[in-house]
Amino acid sequence: MTARAVETWTLQPLTDFVREASVRLVLLMTPAGQVLAQSGFSRAVDVMSAAALGAAIVASTGELAKQLRQAPFAALNHQGNRHGIFLSTFPIERGTVVVLAVYDLDVSSLGLVQLFYEQLAADLKAASPKGSVPKQVLAADFERELSESLNTLFGR
Amino acid sequence: MTTAGRFGHVLDLITRVRGVRGAMLVAGDDGLVVAEQLMEGIKGPAVAALAASLGGRLRRAMEAAGLGASVFWHLQADQGTLLVVPAASGVLVVAVAEPDVNIGLVRLELLRASEAVA
Repeated sequence: MTARAVETWTLQPLTDFVREASVRLVLLMTPAGQVLAQSGFSRAVDVMSAAALGAAIVASTGELAKQLRQAPFAALNHQGNRHGIFLSTFPIERGTVVVLAVYDLDVSSLGLVQLFYEQLAADLKAASPKGSVPKQVLAADFERELSESLNTLFGR
Repeated sequence: MTTAGRFGHVLDLITRVRGVRGAMLVAGDDGLVVAEQLMEGIKGPAVAALAASLGGRLRRAMEAAGLGASVFWHLQADQGTLLVVPAASGVLVVAVAEPDVNIGLVRLELLRASEAVA
């Protein structure tokens, strides 16, 4: 399975996480849905959909936590018959990273994903460039930036 | 007796054996800790997740070999031993012990515990 990254410093931690937690799909992105890296996706449209839906879930659960006057939820896990979806966020120096992982229940488990997610978060915090400000994507450049990111993520 | 109290009693049966450093009940499907009594320094969630992962693979290996369900695993390492009995409920009863622990006695207590949580 190939992992590809727009932000290259995310690649090694992502590759390690995929191997150790035996997850099927992973997206690393910002809370706005801007993708930093992906593993396991074969179509750009799936990445865009997953990023948009993941970002929406983070936003809505964050707002729900606010309504309940508590800190944002640490992680969300949804378990189906064959697959589980794990969604969590953690802060790094440049902002917040959202991790969306999909795992097969036959191959992995919530416990394994949680265990290696902690390692992923620590590795990404250590690897993230220090003292740099992330590039803001302006509305005018959005389509070009998106297109470039998808080209990088799918090796075009 | 409360659920926590019942599980605590089940784990007491195992941890009272000399040489046992900790015992856990682990959800076999999820790899999450249900209850634990561990000495300091043992990473409960990590042991639980990895033991459940190993359990799933062992179960498939046993099925592929036509041997039926496993009843007891004993993993010996340089500095200790991991002993596991899968209960009928899908819960794994796990003990972490010293290398020179009385394996037969721990196994007996693990089997008793597995019946209690089944």
